[in-house]
Amino acid sequence: MSEAAAAIHTEDHAEHHEELSFLYKYILPVDHKMIAMQYMFTGLIMAVIGGYFAYVFRMQLAYPGESVPFFGIVGPGEYNMMVTNHGTIMIFWVAMPVLIAAFGNFLIPLMCGCDDMVFPRLNRLSYQIFLVSALVLILSFFVKGGGFGGAWTAYPPLSSVPEFSLTDWGASLWVLAVALEFVSFLLGGINFVTTAMNARAPGMKMLDIPIAVWFIVIAVILFMASVGPLIAGAVMLFMDQRIGTTFFLPSGGGDPLLWEHLFWFFGHPEVYVVLLPTMGIVADIITVFSRKKLFGYRTVLYTAFATGGLSFVVWAHHQFVAGIDPRMANVFVVTTVLISIPIAEMLFSYIATLYGGSIEYTTPMLWALSFLFAFLIGGVTGIYLGASALDVYFHDSYFVLAHFHYTFFPITIIGMFAAITFWFPKMFGRMMNETLGKIHFWGTFIPFNCIFLPLFFLGLAGQHRRIYNYDHFPDLATEELQDIRVFATASLVIMLIFQVIFLYNFFYSMFKGEKAPDNPWKANTLEWTVPSPPPHGNFKTLPTVYRGAYEYSVPGREMDYWPQNMPPDES
Amino acid sequence: MSTRGPVATHRSSTGIPAGRLAVWWLLASEIFIFGGLIACFVLFKLNGTPGFEDASETSVVAGAFNTFVLLTSSLTVVLAHAAVERGDREKAFTYIWYTFAAGIVFLMVKVYEYSGKILSGHTITENLFWSFYYTMTGLHALHVIGGMVVMALISFDVRKGYNYQRVELIGLYWHFVDLVWIFLFPLFYIANF
Amino acid sequence: MSEVHAHPNYVKVWYWLVILLVISTLGPMLEIPAITLITAFGIAVIKALMVAANFMHLKFEKHIVWFLFIMSLTLLGVFFFGVAPDVMMTEGDQWIDCIADNSCVEQRL
Ligand code: HEM
Ligand SMILES: [Cu+2]
Repeated sequence: MSEAAAAIHTEDHAEHHEELSFLYKYILPVDHKMIAMQYMFTGLIMAVIGGYFAYVFRMQLAYPGESVPFFGIVGPGEYNMMVTNHGTIMIFWVAMPVLIAAFGNFLIPLMCGCDDMVFPRLNRLSYQIFLVSALVLILSFFVKGGGFGGAWTAYPPLSSVPEFSLTDWGASLWVLAVALEFVSFLLGGINFVTTAMNARAPGMKMLDIPIAVWFIVIAVILFMASVGPLIAGAVMLFMDQRIGTTFFLPSGGGDPLLWEHLFWFFGHPEVYVVLLPTMGIVADIITVFSRKKLFGYRTVLYTAFATGGLSFVVWAHHQFVAGIDPRMANVFVVTTVLISIPIAEMLFSYIATLYGGSIEYTTPMLWALSFLFAFLIGGVTGIYLGASALDVYFHDSYFVLAHFHYTFFPITIIGMFAAITFWFPKMFGRMMNETLGKIHFWGTFIPFNCIFLPLFFLGLAGQHRRIYNYDHFPDLATEELQDIRVFATASLVIMLIFQVIFLYNFFYSMFKGEKAPDNPWKANTLEWTVPSPPPHGNFKTLPTVYRGAYEYSVPGREMDYWPQNMPPDES
Repeated sequence: MSTRGPVATHRSSTGIPAGRLAVWWLLASEIFIFGGLIACFVLFKLNGTPGFEDASETSVVAGAFNTFVLLTSSLTVVLAHAAVERGDREKAFTYIWYTFAAGIVFLMVKVYEYSGKILSGHTITENLFWSFYYTMTGLHALHVIGGMVVMALISFDVRKGYNYQRVELIGLYWHFVDLVWIFLFPLFYIANF
Repeated sequence: MSEVHAHPNYVKVWYWLVILLVISTLGPMLEIPAITLITAFGIAVIKALMVAANFMHLKFEKHIVWFLFIMSLTLLGVFFFGVAPDVMMTEGDQWIDCIADNSCVEQRL
């Protein structure tokens, strides 16, 4: 076997220099960087669809019954379909592909110092399944009856009986799309974990791995460990819809509450699945731009383990009013409050990293700092909701909606912009425009707060979620409340308009931007030691690692950074 | 993955070859899928949901025979792995196809069971027990079929003398499929009280 | 594959598995539920461990793999016990009896 392995090594170097045809380079690539691009652009396109839905239903809420520009009159079924698919898309087709798949694919091999993922063809397959899942979801909008409208949580019997959901095939295709997406991320996840476990550069010990890689890997493990029961549940739901079984139908002996458990056993870990990659990306960005060592590398890592472990025992806090056993509700209140401890500690570590640093307010840094601020609000309001007594009132109100948008928006959108602006030079070999970047930052961050802060108050005033026209509810149709809705919608429109600046900056810089040096931010991690953009195979000679990723401003050294692969005797 | 591929594939910081490590992760995630279904089944069963007494209608003989078939196929696939380690490709090829044949026998018994049950009126929608029965054994049968396809593909490579490590990998998967059956057997066939 | 380890005697393991299978099939004939429980599920666990340890070579595998599987099973246990109080203690049966004439719905309103 060892001879064979030796033969393999000599053979594969010959392969690196073959010129690939267009088809194999861009359409069916096996190179991890190109697959990362595919995930990123697919995710961005899906984000446009999800954003468009948000625009339409927010307009309907602000001006009920009036024709929405670029859409028309919004019917109740269409409203439900758009709310449902907005949530589904943003979580499964934007947050996951961009944060985990795109940046995981791009960063893991580069940061671990190897030439590609361990299984490049599996990687390609997982993207292809992902693409199919996205197409199935889009297809589901156009079948007879329209797209699924039973909320992203798909509670049965509403979701499982066509007579109730009124979307016979829309609901089934939705389940199918989500299940395919899970399969794609399972395959991709196996690849990520194996690569990070097995293919690290010589010398890179566990505690030398950049936090960004660690967190993506932990997130993937959380995903793999929580999604299995939901895949089983999706199969059961699909059978209920199509074959007429009664797994979740009380009339046939089934139990709808079982679905809620299956869903949230996945659903809560899932919020940490998307949170952790952004947390990791932010850790890397704030250390680079405050020129300081990460405060408490080990602590940060252990808090992530603690969060991951605890995230499996809090799921029923989404079901406090669903008729679960009240004794269990007590248990879940305690665990829910407990989980905010490690998360808070992680945030404190980040803030301590900033303390006393020489902070440079570049665009990625602004995004990273605003993430810390906004996520803090999201996390703190989560603790309110975690107390079951309060949740009886808050549940399914706009307070919940504002809570999770103060977590998901920072994670998905702010995290995505932070990562893109930070790694853009490495991905495309050119710098983005800083001025436009900052305008876009403020034009996104201020409206974001204007959209969601007021929603907390709407929630406190008793405004329920998932209602398409508040005119039908005299208590909620008052003028003050309507003014708040209009304000939130107007802020959303302003925010969407500012995204044009980003798109312009993105595509202009991609082709015409200033050429980027190898290491524009003077960072330590291995991806900055290769040319921008990295060639096929990444490293000319595969690097050896001598130290951790966060050796900034080390006393007694002339240079304020210390690349991971620089031998100790050089300087 | 061909025998070539990136350097990354041949690194092993954990001491476990990449292929095997990946299969372990795959199996871990499969544990959750089958485990989730088994957990739901057990919940309903312990709850005394009507219909679960139908477990007495399944044929213990057929189930036991199929368990025997899968156990034996596990033996042949591990013997294939042992043969390949000795470098005996022809033997390995034969053992792989024994395993494949066992898969066919298993599926034939399943078809016999399914058709008998459906003809006597126990369809998938009859009650929750049969829903679980067809869903879980059906998903398991799909895993058997998938394993057989991969095995057939691998066998020819092995006879030509490359990709030896894959025999071990498909073997691990096949044993897992066997393990799942080891638990489905008592759940659906024996425990009828 | 390159590491050297003595092979277990596969055929012998298989003999034992078949013997256990016979016992678990004959167990219910005593018609004592407690014994059936042990012969059915206790033996299933033993068989599973034997297959995993010998055929899957977990005996010789790195500890991390054991850790992986034990974690998986623990989490499944968490799931089971978190859900059990709800799914197993509902009064769902009452719904079945009265769902046709809707009486229970009215009664609860
Ligand atoms: C400090 C930690 C957190 C706590 C204590 C917490 C607590 C809660 C609770 C109790 C609810 C249920 C409210 C209800 O439906 O009545 C909830 C809802 C929600 N949370 Fe959190 N949360 C936390 C962090 C997060 C994070 C990090 C995310 C996202 C990444 C998130 C996303 C969500 C979502 C999406 C929902 C609503 C789901 C739905 O009903 O559609 N939460 N949170
Ligand atoms: Cu939660």
